[in-house]
Amino acid sequence: MKKKWYDYLWIGELLYWVLGLCNILFAWLGMLFFSIPLLVALIGGSKAYCHRYCGRGQLLGLLGRKLSRNAPPPRFLRSRWFRYGFLAFFMVMFGLMLRGTWMVFTGAPLRQTVTLLWVFKLPWQWAEVDMVAPWIAQFAFGFYGVMMTSTVLGLATMALFRPRSWCVYCPMGTMTQGICMLKQKKEDGGCGGEGQAHCGAAENSGQ
Amino acid sequence: MARSKRLARVGRECVACGTCMKVCPRAAIRVVSGVVARVNGELCIGCGKCAGVCPADVIAMVERGSGE
Repeated sequence: MKKKWYDYLWIGELLYWVLGLCNILFAWLGMLFFSIPLLVALIGGSKAYCHRYCGRGQLLGLLGRKLSRNAPPPRFLRSRWFRYGFLAFFMVMFGLMLRGTWMVFTGAPLRQTVTLLWVFKLPWQWAEVDMVAPWIAQFAFGFYGVMMTSTVLGLATMALFRPRSWCVYCPMGTMTQGICMLKQKKEDGGCGGEGQAHCGAAENSGQ
Repeated sequence: MARSKRLARVGRECVACGTCMKVCPRAAIRVVSGVVARVNGELCIGCGKCAGVCPADVIAMVERGSGE
């Protein structure tokens, strides 16, 4: 099948990491990875971003061809409590990162570290961030850490389970699916909710 | 065309990631409204590719007419 331009968006994901290593301020570009799927879900009512345009998903799919065990993931990974719990946890961590940014905005000193997996502080002293206000740099450090943490988790579950296992509990995927469910409920009075997520599956038989 | 004996069935916990859509040789499975994947039983040839790649492992291959 002929490839389309959006099949190469995994290059954008790689580029993001390289640019971020060169200058941490490029971490701000990651806001696109947050805002576009939300806009697509809110305006279009679909997960087209996940299906077509997610560079991370594509990259995990490509790497997984060689590096994944291709084993079925544990059941809890796809359970609602885990997915929404992970989303909540991720949002709390994101909120703490925003709080750190606010503190720098109000006068606290800039911390030139990237936090990996919410615990490990990676020194990032080589970053040249003098050209912007400290809070802008602090957000970049924090956001790069968020992106790096999610990528490490994605790579780990890619290796352990199936290539795109990250997609199962990706906070953006969970959020956009939730938005689509709410939109669909609003539009046609229910298909897509917990009890009726099978509106489609009911037709699966095609009998 | 003769129908296959098996077809894909998507479970309740589908995360609508769309991985299945990319591997289906007949475009028989698609995600509807960003909520759940849906299989067109008329098009499904029961190859099982979608079940093999589903990262959530929620696609099962079932016998046609088995009540699913």
